[in-house]
Amino acid sequence: MAEPATIVKCLVWDLDNTLWQGTLLEDAEVTLAEPVRRLIAELDSRGVLQAVASKNDHDPAWQRLEALGVAEFFVLPHIGWGPKSDSVRAIAAELNFALDTIAFVDDQPTERAEVAFHLPEVRCYDARRLAVLDELPEFSPPTVTVDARRRREMYQAGFRRKAAETDFQGPSEEFLRSLELVMHIRRASGTELSRVEELTLRTSQMNATGVHYSLPDLRALLADPRHEVLVATLADRFGPHGAVGLELLAKHERVWHLKLLATSCRVVSFGAGSVILGRLVDEAARAGVHLVADFRRTERNRMMEIAYRMTGFTDEACGCAAELAAPAEEGVQRLHLHPTPQAPPPTMELHAVSLRDG
Amino acid sequence: MSVETTITTERIEQRITAFVTGRVKTEVPPEQDLFATGLVSSMFAMELVVQLEQDFAVQILGNDLKRDNFRSIEAMTALVSRLRDTEPSADA
Repeated sequence: MAEPATIVKCLVWDLDNTLWQGTLLEDAEVTLAEPVRRLIAELDSRGVLQAVASKNDHDPAWQRLEALGVAEFFVLPHIGWGPKSDSVRAIAAELNFALDTIAFVDDQPTERAEVAFHLPEVRCYDARRLAVLDELPEFSPPTVTVDARRRREMYQAGFRRKAAETDFQGPSEEFLRSLELVMHIRRASGTELSRVEELTLRTSQMNATGVHYSLPDLRALLADPRHEVLVATLADRFGPHGAVGLELLAKHERVWHLKLLATSCRVVSFGAGSVILGRLVDEAARAGVHLVADFRRTERNRMMEIAYRMTGFTDEACGCAAELAAPAEEGVQRLHLHPTPQAPPPTMELHAVSLRDG
Repeated sequence: MSVETTITTERIEQRITAFVTGRVKTEVPPEQDLFATGLVSSMFAMELVVQLEQDFAVQILGNDLKRDNFRSIEAMTALVSRLRDTEPSADA
């Protein structure tokens, strides 16, 4: 698949004479130009995260961002006196982003050179190019999904969640319950299609077949009454996780065929994959059908195999699979399960559409 | 894998017990059903798989990944013992 120019996932801003006009320590007043304010909001709406690497004292600089009304747009402010390459490296590590998805903007050639020297993969921009930044292809993701617009919010919730987990004493199960997780499983439609596609692209780790379904593929399947395209969304007391799971299910008379299960690696530690599978097994048991799941081992989807096996899928050959066409792709295993009713998940509240009515 | 090749069943059980109790932060007898008592989620079971493989230099594959093999410390000990016996120094 041809990949377009690598999209910038996080832009790291210098403050003095870049984000604002003036130098905080020297000038009585610093001002935020209206085009810069618009750029910040525009990048945010495209799902580009924004961070800060500034040589200043932390508190006055952050207070100024708040006073200017833009503090909420930033994650991971690194405001201090260390080298900016250290700040940029730390921001990339904390976000778990590759360095070639990070950009850095600064008015000082020396600062850009310092970052470029230590982190050659990071793309550096002169502050004079701010006016055209939003027109550059690397700042223009091809599809802006529902979740992209909320990406910053989701990361901010993630940081609060992590802090709470660090503070929490006790069994991890109890911590999960304290999050007040709520999952919804719905039939995909309309706007949800784009987030579904993004999920199959971005979640290679947890994609059980490694098959990518394009938007047209999925649209065609939506219209097919024998197929179910289901999207799972997750939220907790810190905020939304967005769309975290995708199921593609073909319903036959005696067997339901799970062609694809993809879950976001962001929510692996909440057991989202197991909850989705558990619900499917329960529905199949009530419908009186067997389950067959496609699985193709890749280097990155071991957790998905473990989730299938722990749920009870085996290599057992069963007559029910005779109803199914042979796998379209090479190396696809068919795992089988004779479903039994499942207890609701102990660690989250689940609202799921019934699959027995269509 | 050199020193650990002669590890006893008793030692395997001790190490699994240490890991499980460390995680659930309570005493766990070897025969206790971890799933039934709600001590262990499917999620934690996944961690157990990875932990056992690393700690005891075994590979847990296919049907061996079934839930029953992780139901108790006893069951996990039996699984690890069996895998260590049947695949002496399997590096694959």
